[in-house]
Amino acid sequence: MAVAQIEFSKELQSFVREWRDKPGNLIMILHRVQQEFTYIPREAAEQLSRDLKIPLAKIYGVITFYHYFKTTKPGKHRISICLGTACYLKGSQSLIEETESILGISGSEVTEDGLFSIDAVRCVGCCGLAPVMMVGDEVYGKLTKEQVPEIIAKYRNIG
Amino acid sequence: MVNAKINGIPVQVAEGTTILDAAEKVNVRIPKLCYNDDLPAWAACGICIVKVERNPKMLRACCTPLEEGMSVITHDPEIVQVRKTVIELILSTHPDDCLQCPRNQSCELQTLASEFGVREQPFEKRLRDLPIDTSTKSLILNPDKCIRCGRCVTVCQQMQNVWAIEFLGRGESTRIAPAADVSLADGPCIKCGQCSAHCPVGAIYELDQTKEVWDALMKGGEEAKTCVVQIAPAVRVALGEEFGLKPGTVLTKKIYSALRRLGFDTVFDTNFSADLTILEEGTEFVKRFTDFASGNNKELMPLITSCCPAWVDYMEKYYADMIPNFSTAKSPMQMMGSMIKTYWAEKAKVDPKKIFSVAIMPCTAKKWESGRNKDMFSSGERDVDVVLTTRELARMIKQAGIDLVNLPEEEADSPMGPYTGAGTIFGATGGVMEAALRSAYYLVTKEDLKDVNFTGVRGLSGIKEARIHIKGIEVRVAVAHQMGNIASVLEEVRKAKADGKDVPWHFIEVMACRGGCIGGGGQPYGATDAVRQQRMAGIYSDDEKSTYRCSHHNPFIGTVYKEFLEQPGSHKAHQLLHTHYRKLELYNK
Repeated sequence: MAVAQIEFSKELQSFVREWRDKPGNLIMILHRVQQEFTYIPREAAEQLSRDLKIPLAKIYGVITFYHYFKTTKPGKHRISICLGTACYLKGSQSLIEETESILGISGSEVTEDGLFSIDAVRCVGCCGLAPVMMVGDEVYGKLTKEQVPEIIAKYRNIG
Repeated sequence: MVNAKINGIPVQVAEGTTILDAAEKVNVRIPKLCYNDDLPAWAACGICIVKVERNPKMLRACCTPLEEGMSVITHDPEIVQVRKTVIELILSTHPDDCLQCPRNQSCELQTLASEFGVREQPFEKRLRDLPIDTSTKSLILNPDKCIRCGRCVTVCQQMQNVWAIEFLGRGESTRIAPAADVSLADGPCIKCGQCSAHCPVGAIYELDQTKEVWDALMKGGEEAKTCVVQIAPAVRVALGEEFGLKPGTVLTKKIYSALRRLGFDTVFDTNFSADLTILEEGTEFVKRFTDFASGNNKELMPLITSCCPAWVDYMEKYYADMIPNFSTAKSPMQMMGSMIKTYWAEKAKVDPKKIFSVAIMPCTAKKWESGRNKDMFSSGERDVDVVLTTRELARMIKQAGIDLVNLPEEEADSPMGPYTGAGTIFGATGGVMEAALRSAYYLVTKEDLKDVNFTGVRGLSGIKEARIHIKGIEVRVAVAHQMGNIASVLEEVRKAKADGKDVPWHFIEVMACRGGCIGGGGQPYGATDAVRQQRMAGIYSDDEKSTYRCSHHNPFIGTVYKEFLEQPGSHKAHQLLHTHYRKLELYNK
């Protein structure tokens, strides 16, 4: 392959081995790959294509079908803003606009310093807290757009 | 059997027959767009919806089997309205540049819009402005024109097992593209063009090079070139379809006249160089087989044919371990190209630099082949300057106002025009094998076969096998066509080799397209198995009518060896008529 090789961790390698011949293996394995690399690098997709004997075209068909899978490296802090029904009705669109304006990027872009990226997601499973924003695994509920600058500043200070 | 009614007409069909096929049995034509006879139904477009009594839903005729007692309505005012809306919705994301479109008048969407009398655009136009991929120099992918019917993806993945393209994204942003959005040329595409032959619209089509040929034909004075042309076996039995003739009509001598009227100075026939290929490849086979029979170079068995450029590309990408088994003989087109700019140039006293060499092929991959590696420049120049597909030639003939059907017949030029029946059958699957066996038998025994017909290797069955006995030794051959059928043959060879067992076959013919070149990606649109059968029948009738039916009987083949090439497999023949292969990556970027 012309694309550089990639190193899978021992855990990932054994996960791939375990799932190699099981039905529905591709999505399970892609989840695990994204967990390791924060996205699905091209090299990883090619490695899987070889290991699983699945054409690269099929792998990209799956990766690009699901919003969850990323083909580019997201920011260190992934901001997910929920646009599910409850959050949308509670004004989460304004949270997105506020975040985009503070960071100077639009959805699916990454800030120049690599710190932040924004994803619009559909329901994170806690509609009672609508509107909801997540940064990494941290959930911020019942938000107003006035609270957004403070949250972002906190993560910027962490670096 | 299932008994049912379609528009009140009783119909009896085998269980599992779809409503679409059942309707055709009683002369009812349900419109189709994503559906194609070669492919499994995919139910993407919705144009074939029908009503079934006591069922509140409209059903898609392409994927719904007819059931016992069903009463189907295929046409009523409401159904017509729904179908029209389907077309209007598709058109809302489709550019309106029909007049500039390569599929103008051969577009299935355009035909439907015309039949349904679409006159307005009730929906907001939403075009996507995606980049056009021109990277392969054979095929052009214009995703803006794509109606996402999925035919090309199914062809590329299921029929051809190439996996060059896939649906990327979802919903409104779904598009057809290679993995990771690389260009076609940087991915596994083998340029077979079956995607273009199955695309109902102008989303994938051949690179049009007619202008380059017109320019060369027009050049005068200092810049003038001697324009030499060759036509492939499969072109002669399909070109007529573009002029209202039945598939399989053999037009060889009318095509020669048409080419002269277009302005070509010299007309040769690829069938001649197919005969030449048989001498080279047949000799190669006999040598390898004789070695094999005496226990030497066992790893060089089986010999695998290399006439098909899409197959060469596929082998270099997917089966590079078989390179030693590949015939080193060039394709007939490249042999002819090389002979034109060396042997003929010398004989006709024309400077090879002043020759413009054109090949008319049923194939899009041939465009790529003509620049494949340095062996395609064996004369010191580019051996074949431009390759035109059958479709492009049809356009040139129409532009020139040539009444092809009523044209007087002419002969090809000597010495690389006259051909044998063995040369002409190269155009159909099994033909190269049959032609090779006819001559291999002679090369070993110095006797001719009593019956030259090897019907076992003919026809549309995906993999065909045959055995013949030459001097008491059994020769086992296999023929595969349609790229997706190749894997099982080669896997069996790989396995036998790995296990140290005798190879299952000694000689294998592979053609990338269904039916061989007669079903090539550059042939007139609308090939179904019925059309392929007719084209094949044309090929075999041409064979039967030939004075000579074995390549080694072609008197002019004798002449070129005597005057120029010395003997099959000579040093000179190797320089001009053979080539090299190397492993290719599936993805370059």
